[in-house]
Amino acid sequence: MTDTILSTPAFMGVPPRIALVGNPNCGKTALFNALTGARQKVANYPGVTVERKIGEFLSPAGTRVQIVDLPGTYSLRARSPDEEVTRDVVLGRFQHEAPPDVMVCVADATNLRLHLRLVLELKKLGRPIILALNMMDVAEARGCRVDAAALSAALGVPVVPTVAVRRTGVVGLLNQIDRSMGAMAADLAPSPGGSPNGSPCGWSEPSAHDLRAYHREVESILAAALRDAGKPSLATRRIDAALLHPAIGLPFLFLVLFLMFQAVFAWAAVPMDMIDKGLGWVQAAAGAALPDGLLKSLLTDGIIAGVGSVVIFLPQILVLFFFILMLESTGYMARAAFLLDRLMGGVGLHGRAFIPLLSSFACAVPGIMAARTIENRADRLATIMIAPLMTCSARLPVYTLIIAAFVPDRTVAGGMIGLQGLVMFTLYAAGILSALAAAFVLKRTIFKGAREPLLMELPSYRLPSPRDMLLGLLERARIFLARAGTVIFAIMILLWFLGSFPAAPDGASGPAIDHSFAGMLGHALAPLLAPIGFTWQIAIALVPGMAAREVAVAALGTVYALSETGDALSGSLAGVLAADWSLPTALSLLAWFVFAPQCVSTLSVVKRETNSWFWMLVMIAYMTALAYGAAFVTFRVSSALLGG
Amino acid sequence: MIPPLSGSARDAASSPAPHRTPGPPPALAPGSSADPPSRAGKGCRLGALHKGERAVVTGLDESAVATPLPPGELERRMIEMGLIEGARVEILHEGFPGADPLAVRINDHTLALRRAEAHAVLVTLG
Repeated sequence: MTDTILSTPAFMGVPPRIALVGNPNCGKTALFNALTGARQKVANYPGVTVERKIGEFLSPAGTRVQIVDLPGTYSLRARSPDEEVTRDVVLGRFQHEAPPDVMVCVADATNLRLHLRLVLELKKLGRPIILALNMMDVAEARGCRVDAAALSAALGVPVVPTVAVRRTGVVGLLNQIDRSMGAMAADLAPSPGGSPNGSPCGWSEPSAHDLRAYHREVESILAAALRDAGKPSLATRRIDAALLHPAIGLPFLFLVLFLMFQAVFAWAAVPMDMIDKGLGWVQAAAGAALPDGLLKSLLTDGIIAGVGSVVIFLPQILVLFFFILMLESTGYMARAAFLLDRLMGGVGLHGRAFIPLLSSFACAVPGIMAARTIENRADRLATIMIAPLMTCSARLPVYTLIIAAFVPDRTVAGGMIGLQGLVMFTLYAAGILSALAAAFVLKRTIFKGAREPLLMELPSYRLPSPRDMLLGLLERARIFLARAGTVIFAIMILLWFLGSFPAAPDGASGPAIDHSFAGMLGHALAPLLAPIGFTWQIAIALVPGMAAREVAVAALGTVYALSETGDALSGSLAGVLAADWSLPTALSLLAWFVFAPQCVSTLSVVKRETNSWFWMLVMIAYMTALAYGAAFVTFRVSSALLGG
Repeated sequence: MIPPLSGSARDAASSPAPHRTPGPPPALAPGSSADPPSRAGKGCRLGALHKGERAVVTGLDESAVATPLPPGELERRMIEMGLIEGARVEILHEGFPGADPLAVRINDHTLALRRAEAHAVLVTLG
């Protein structure tokens, strides 16, 4: 690095880059939101699947600054793939990304010990650091007084007090970022031969002895800067006394999860109805405006019906993510892992596996990625293998459709519980129980070995900030709609093509789709699926359903919209299905989707995360076998019981 | 590079630990002197404590614990999570069933860990 000046981003027109580093639960993401607002995007790091959050802001000096939110860590001694990303980025080892110019280390002012140890480790890197002393409001409320000036003097690092959730102190932080970048440029100017950004990297993996030395240094810094240690949160302690109570804790957790699934239905009903009506209107308008022909068929039957039948599930997905974000930001998620550690231990899983598994209810892809926080490879693989058994939101459309068609909308238990919600809960429970059973078998056969130790911080409870919740939800909505707009859109067009060509010969009997490529494919698969009660329309829908599970519904919509004529076209899909399928067929399809053949994105993430084709193939084989077996048993038993 | 390093780190940790025990830093005393339990002053392991009991960490000895981790790793993780000589601990909550895992207050934060691993932490009650 001899041409330092030229390679310094500020001189190249590349925006200077800032990395946010800190322990988990320090309010790092809230600070990221406060700095960037909605100007942020989520992508994956190339080659790995850790989510990379990047944002931009304009500093008071008018510089456009790029900011990266790195995964939280307690140490640069990375123990999990997530933490490896943080380590590699700050060390500049990451191939695809230049090291940050300035690191903003975020620390929870109420809990400085662990955070300051990380700051000392980061200082060894020899890059400019700013310490954002976050959650100052909570610290003050607890009588904890930190002397920021003394802390800065003792640490040798600029310190800025902030309250990220209220965006207090952000201006001070921005000014400090400008000063640090200015100092960095000034440092470089007189000594072009020196290493970039000041002193060279002096970090090496600390031994237990080094870690103790860091802690002693932290204690002497705190002795100088901590005027009053304050009292630990009494509210958190009292709430935990109830929520972690041996008798109350688990029932309460299950109640929370049950309410969550009821809410997914109840809260989403109205917006879904509105989207449905809106789509119907658009479809009718497009139908009236266009002349009969291929274009009209493509637009109304292919694109609007197909993409629309997926977009309609946006409200449910948002409600689900709302709950997951709530559980995460209040601090209850860690409690859930605490409560379940013993039970999960019964099947050999780590309590921390709860978080990936719960995320898998939204989508198995982030769930499998969240398994990165599990350090032990065997534990991690076991968690990855069962994560897709958790009912992801992409299965919701299928469940909803079939339940709406076959389960009457009434209440049981004195009007307290909706029957449809109860069936949904049963399906979720079936997924969970089979996941536990699968884990039990896996941990006793393939993934033998002692469990990874549990060392997990239980953060203080806090009220989530509406702004951060909203940004989190927007991010999820954006990802979902982007999927609907790209992958699903493309598949819908392909499916429409398969369903429309070749056209039925003149004078042919039966619906046109019978003669198309899709019809041929469906009929070819039908004998294979007949023992489990699937019709050829289902067989057609399952093929694109491999790309994304929710596409199966859209595909059914297309298949039926194209194969029915007259009144059936205007009737809802649920009505069509209720008339066309027997109850055992519907139950069999539900059972199939509990164990569903995974979507392609899940499989590709499994391949990337395990770095092996083998585990991906194992997953396909075992889940397809489970799905076929479960659907077979369901179909045969229910046929026998119903006399069908 | 890791095996020889961690071996020596482990020796360094388990033998001199008692020497650097008694000096808890001055800044950490959040209401610790209130109602000391009857077993005060007695040495034992964190994994043997029950809800409400308070103690001070005197050392780490991971040899008592079966773990899939390489030698020295559990000790380092515990130090990183604040379980270090001089830290004041209190058992806040116990899981179910089997009073496991434990929620332990360590100075200013709360850590969840299992009894089995808590046996690696040597403490003095009180």
